[in-house]
Order: sequence, then C-alpha cells, then structure tokens
Amino acid sequence: MSNGPLQIKAISGHAGTVPGKNTSSDYDVCKLIDVTTCIGCKACEVACLEWNGYPFRETVFDNTYQTMPDLAWNYYNLIRFNEHTAEDGTFSWLMRKDQCMHCADPGCLRACPADGAIVQYSNGIVDFQQDNCIGCQYCVTGCPFNIPKFNSVTKKVHKCTLCSDRVGAGLEPACIKACPTGCLHFGSKDDMKELAEIRAKQLREHTSHTKAGVYDPPGVGGTHVMYVLHDITNPEAYGGLPKDPHVPLMVRIWKGPLKWLGNFAIVAGIVGAAAHYVRFGPKEVEEGKK
Amino acid sequence: MTGDLTVQRYTYHERIMHWLTALTYSYCLSTGLAFYSPHLFWIALVLGGGPTSRFWHPFSGVAFLIVAFWMHAVWHRDMAITDSDKRWLDEVQNYVTNRDDLVPPQDRFNAGQKLFYWLMYYGAVALLITGLVMWFPEYVPRSAAWIRPLAVLLHVCAALVTIGGFIIHVYMSVFTVPGSVTAMLFGYVSPAWARTHHRKWYARMTGQ
Repeated sequence: MSNGPLQIKAISGHAGTVPGKNTSSDYDVCKLIDVTTCIGCKACEVACLEWNGYPFRETVFDNTYQTMPDLAWNYYNLIRFNEHTAEDGTFSWLMRKDQCMHCADPGCLRACPADGAIVQYSNGIVDFQQDNCIGCQYCVTGCPFNIPKFNSVTKKVHKCTLCSDRVGAGLEPACIKACPTGCLHFGSKDDMKELAEIRAKQLREHTSHTKAGVYDPPGVGGTHVMYVLHDITNPEAYGGLPKDPHVPLMVRIWKGPLKWLGNFAIVAGIVGAAAHYVRFGPKEVEEGKK
Repeated sequence: MTGDLTVQRYTYHERIMHWLTALTYSYCLSTGLAFYSPHLFWIALVLGGGPTSRFWHPFSGVAFLIVAFWMHAVWHRDMAITDSDKRWLDEVQNYVTNRDDLVPPQDRFNAGQKLFYWLMYYGAVALLITGLVMWFPEYVPRSAAWIRPLAVLLHVCAALVTIGGFIIHVYMSVFTVPGSVTAMLFGYVSPAWARTHHRKWYARMTGQ
C-alpha cells in the first residue's frame, strides 16, 4: 500500500498522462527463487503474514504439505508442493514459492478500470492500492498467473506487494529476509539474471538436471520475480506455472482496438444524429384529413 | 403536433414497464461507461463512487432483464417481424429522409422500432450471461479461465451494440417524432399522429 519514495510510472484506469511515464530508476528490482534449493520450510509464508500484519488464517489439508490449495486475499505467498515423475521414472518433489510475478507488462493493470487502483513503480514493482479499488475483479481476468485474490467482505483485491513499503525504505522483502537456505535472492534485475544463469549453468553441467533454466517469461515483458527451475521445458509441473504466459488476447483487444472503435462509434452516432436533425428536422404529421 | 390527444397509444402498465427499462438501462449504461473508459470514470464518482457503482451495476442489469421479460410477454406479438416490415426496410432511406409518403403504412410499431426492440432484448440476454461470468469470476474453474476475458470482451461488444440502438431510439423519440415522449409519458396521441406514423394500427383501432 505505502509507496514511500517510489516513483510511479504506470497507473491503471488513468485518463491523461501519467507523471513519471517512461521513467526508470537506476535499476529494476527482482526477486530470484532458486527452487532447487527450497526445502519447503514455509518461513517465507510466515514472514509475509507477519510483515503484512495478517493473522494466520485457517488452513486446508488436501493430503500434501501445502498450507492450502491456493493463495488467498490475506495470504500472498504460498509454497506449492508437487510430486512429479519424470519420463525416465525418477521421482522428484517440487516446491515452488508462488506469489505475484510483478510482470513488466502487467495484465492486471491493463484490465483495471479504476483510476489508481493498480500502479507500477519505476523499479518494476506492481502494487494494488485498495483505497481506489472498486472490486470489479477485472485484474483477476487480466492476470495470466491467477494471482489477485478477492475479499468478498470488503470487496477489495489483494496480492503480494513485493514489500514495496520495505523496498521503498531500502530493505529487502520480508520473505527474502526469512529464507534459511538462501534459495531466495533479491537485487537488481541484471544482477539476479546473471546469478540465475550461473546457477542454471551449474545445474546443467554438474548435476543430472540437464534441462535446468531460468524462468523470466518474455510474453509478459519479463517478470520481477524469476525462478531457476530443474526443468525449464516443463514449468507446468511446478503447480501450474504457465509455459508461455501472455496478457489474454481478449483483454488486449478489449483495452486496445475495441476501445477506440467503440469510442469512435459512440461519438459518431451522436454527431450523426445531430447532423441528421439539422439536415432533415422533425417529421410532420398529416394535417386536416378526416 | 395538432389535434386532441384522443387515441390511446400505451396503457398505464406499458408506460411503467417502458420507464423501468429506461431507468435500469440508463443506470447500467452510465456506470458501465465509467468502467469502460478512464475518461468517463467521473460518472461513477457522481453516482456515489466506484465501489457503489460496481456494486449496483449487476443488480440493475438483472432488474433490466426481468422488466425486459415482462415487456416481452406484453409486446412480443406486436413486435413480430412481418412481410410489410420487409417492405418498410426496403424504403428505409425514404423514412430516414422524412419522405414518409413513400413509406408503406405500418402497424402499431414500425420495422425500425421492432428491430430496436429485438436488439435490446437479445442484447440484454447476452449482457446478462456474460455479466454473470464477470460477477462471479471465482466460480469459473482455472482450466476454463479463458472464458473470463472472452466474457468481458463480449459484454463490451454487446453493450456497444445496445448503445448504438439506444442513441437512435432517444434521438428519434425526442427529436424526429414529436409527440412520442408525451405518448410514452401520458399514453395518448392525436389521430393525425397515429395516421401519419402508424396508419395500419390507426385503421385497426378506429375502423377508419
């Protein structure tokens, strides 16, 4: 919620120019999650709740170690546990920390109709401003990662803020601080990319994970949360991580060409009616015939 | 307009019905336009704020559809498209340019009114079906998530089509056919009005 000293470069549902459009900070921030070293301890889940001031909510047991089946409006951060059998029959237990990916091209922000309900800071963080949220859930529709969650009582949508309030004050996100294995890293996007590539190369060359790679999907302009995966060819195995995520085509048509076409048609209709009246005027009734 | 208003055009129930659709449609239109374009978001603020507008928009839509079903029960016979309507549509150019003597005589509603009626009726059904998906997106399973953006897109398309019809409807009744608004408010038109615009209906009603 708090934007601190962060510069805003994109605002949802905003008429006119955005102050700070096209600005960039010295560097984009990025969270790097090396799933190969995650032990599923859930320290990040607890740290997230603590920092954001949410009480620990009711959990749902579904025969896995996963805290609950999906993220919730007051649960931004969830380790997904997946049992995976590879083609050669080897078994692996995949753990992926799921949260907002902070896309460079955020579908939620594109879809949102409420002025200032979603903002993107110049350092790449995408943040919801609940004060301006109208509860339409268009962001849920626009998100290719199924992240925003609706609070049906307050009619507001919530998601991971990448701890914009901490980052704005020069601190690292709470989950990073809590991770005991060092599987979570935080820094500039360039540094994290370099680190991720080194780690993926190490996995390919020194372990059996020959298909290891970095998940930074170009379809949404890259993300400010990246993963190192054992098998980059099969991100779906990590609990529904899409292989090639995009802002849905329908959302792009709706917010792009259809908007201009519709605006034009409405204005043309009104102008056309006025022009017709000036040219032809009202219809007259037949007089006098009995 | 001249002459005494002696011919009953709309009954009391028909007028209530019409103004209920007008009210609920206008509310959906205003709040919907606010969600449609950032340049029109101020409408939501005038109508009580974004969350309030978002909360009532779907309820108003449901109310509109309920009244539309009522209207359908009352008017669907009058609104059936006939052969004479097809002839009217062939001459629509003359109707638009006010050369009404070249246009075939029409029954209670002319073909343009009928087309507007069916457009709004099916438009409302399409808006409600797509609107339900947008109202309760959490019930759309993750595996069928593509339905949500498709529903939003179709909702906007259907709304734009009804807006087109709505602009013509309001323009025609307020500006080009004097007497229509009083007819819909108080129910009566003059014999000359009825003869000019709905000759077949007038003949049927009066035997002249």
